[in-house]
Amino acid sequence: MTQFLEVVLRGLGSGSIYALLALGFVIIYKSTGVISFAQPAMMLTGATITSYVGPALGVMLFTGFSFFVSMAVAALLTAALALVIERGAIRPMVGRPAFVVAIITIGIDIVVRVVTSGFIGLGARNIPNPWGLERVELAGLRVQERHLVSLATLAIVVAVLFWFYRYTRHGLAMRAAAFDQEAALTQGVSVGSVFALSWAMAGALAAVAGSLLAISAGVDRQIWIVALVALPAIILGGLDSLEGAVVGGLAVGVVESLVGTYQRDYAPWLGDNFAVVSPYVLMLLVLLAKPYGIFGTPEVRRV
Amino acid sequence: MTTLSTGPARTRRRGGRLSGRPQLYRSYAQELALFNTRPKRIWVGLIVLVALGLSQMLTDNHLNTLALAYAFAIGALGLNIITGLAGQVSLGHAFFLGVGAYTAAAISGDPDGRTIGFGITNILVWLPAAGLVAGLAGVLVAPLATRLRGLYLAIVTLGLVFIGEHLFREWSDLTGGAGVGREAAVPELFGIEFARDGDYLTSDQKFYLLMLVLMLVFALGARNLARSRTGRSFAAVRDRDMAAEMMAINLPRAKTVAFAISSFYAGCSGALIYSIIGFFEPSSFGLLLSVQFIAMVLIGGAGTVSGAIMGALFITLLPTLTRELPAYLPFISGQVTDTPNVFQLEQVLYGLLIVGFLLFEPRGLFGIWIRIRNYWKGWPFSY
Repeated sequence: MTQFLEVVLRGLGSGSIYALLALGFVIIYKSTGVISFAQPAMMLTGATITSYVGPALGVMLFTGFSFFVSMAVAALLTAALALVIERGAIRPMVGRPAFVVAIITIGIDIVVRVVTSGFIGLGARNIPNPWGLERVELAGLRVQERHLVSLATLAIVVAVLFWFYRYTRHGLAMRAAAFDQEAALTQGVSVGSVFALSWAMAGALAAVAGSLLAISAGVDRQIWIVALVALPAIILGGLDSLEGAVVGGLAVGVVESLVGTYQRDYAPWLGDNFAVVSPYVLMLLVLLAKPYGIFGTPEVRRV
Repeated sequence: MTTLSTGPARTRRRGGRLSGRPQLYRSYAQELALFNTRPKRIWVGLIVLVALGLSQMLTDNHLNTLALAYAFAIGALGLNIITGLAGQVSLGHAFFLGVGAYTAAAISGDPDGRTIGFGITNILVWLPAAGLVAGLAGVLVAPLATRLRGLYLAIVTLGLVFIGEHLFREWSDLTGGAGVGREAAVPELFGIEFARDGDYLTSDQKFYLLMLVLMLVFALGARNLARSRTGRSFAAVRDRDMAAEMMAINLPRAKTVAFAISSFYAGCSGALIYSIIGFFEPSSFGLLLSVQFIAMVLIGGAGTVSGAIMGALFITLLPTLTRELPAYLPFISGQVTDTPNVFQLEQVLYGLLIVGFLLFEPRGLFGIWIRIRNYWKGWPFSY
């Protein structure tokens, strides 16, 4: 039982990273109707910036604080990059089919990722932080500190997002634009700035997720693959549901961690490392039952 | 009605052409014809002749690259059927390529070897088998695909690539396992062994001619499909699925058939590509391969046969061009370990080309050709 709970906690820890990424995907999807396949590149870029800023701050600040400061800097810079991308490549495509824009983001992803990889180099770049793989005892369960940090960050982000959407003008504008773009336009909402804002928010979230992911093993060229695990998460939750993204992300994390622990004993025929693909299998199974995810709105078809 | 339907002479006159009026179609059969204008017939004939002639003129290295490009073109034609013609975005093409490549390799492999093999090296056996098994895989995936639309489908097919990669890595009896790999299908036709130099033609020349002929066959197939009842129903599904349903097109069936045909092409393409290279391992069938095919179809021009072929040639020949660059641009290195290297440049170019074409020329290379053609058609007038 102890082991099971520890595994679930570990899953929630990595799941909160998926949830942060999934939130980015959903924010872009809600306001622009497009899935941005550029999120992996954003995550990689954010983590890389953190790995450059962190050591520069390290001498001035104690490590825990400098981690969060460098993460914030990375979030801002990545958001700026996302703004540039949105303005240069996405805005001209307004009104074109969603899948064309999605493919453009694949192209952007490749370009940004390759350029960022050039700054990473062949090995892994460390991000200075006080947690690493340290463990802490919590109500009889041994948990890695980094998972608690990720969960706490997710909680803060969700609270801020809730406040933003519920109580600010821009949040209201974003909800209006997501609900009906043309109606929002007639009410004086600048849909263009909503697009820009959603890309910036998604970029910042991806940078945060990337920095958290790199706490234990550092940043290397391969970590972008992790961002794609957020895709099963958003499909599980439904593409247009923010709650769904959080729940889906956490669920994917828990499932992956459970499969990683128990599959070797109970279903060895699935092969080594099955945990890596388990989110995708889970996604296929859920879609067979609920084609629009658990929290998603079914598409209304009108003649 | 009576005035229209009597006698062969009258029919011929109705269906025939008026000289000097190439754009005037006087019957549906004429408009739907395989090559509906004379310039098209002449151009296609010329290009095929030149392509055949190239087998004698180019060096073996270049022929090898071109043969690969033709094999890739078959896969691009397949993706073009599902994405360009039927409008279903598939990022899972690499998986079907893998299924085909492994089927072919297993059928033609050495029975006493390390990996599964049945020792039937006749290309007439393993090529259709590769296509059929991949097509079957397509039919198995189709129930999901028919329930989903647009971006949901893109993500699901992306998941398929990851699951497929896992399967290929783990099933080491068939695939040789990750990092090890296995030998690919052995091409042999009526005693002609393509992998060995013959009396008259070198191995690369034989491969080149084989791939050229096969690509022409598959391209003709795709063109014929597009003008058949099935193909037109695909186009209807792409343009407006609900309107297609209203016209009594069975939507799930159309999508399933499109997936099956597209996967058939992918399977054949996978088997052929690796029969040229000779050796492959599970990591070949990753997301990058799928993206390459997407790039081929989009850069060439979605929905057109000639566009898919042009795109495949363009993308496959791109590395040959970029590999030349370090000689001219000294800051770009030819080594993988240095930072601005040709392989990175190549990937950045893929990305930029996809973005650039979609932003500025959505109809791709085919669209550029149409513009050039229209310019000269109206020359010296602007329209």
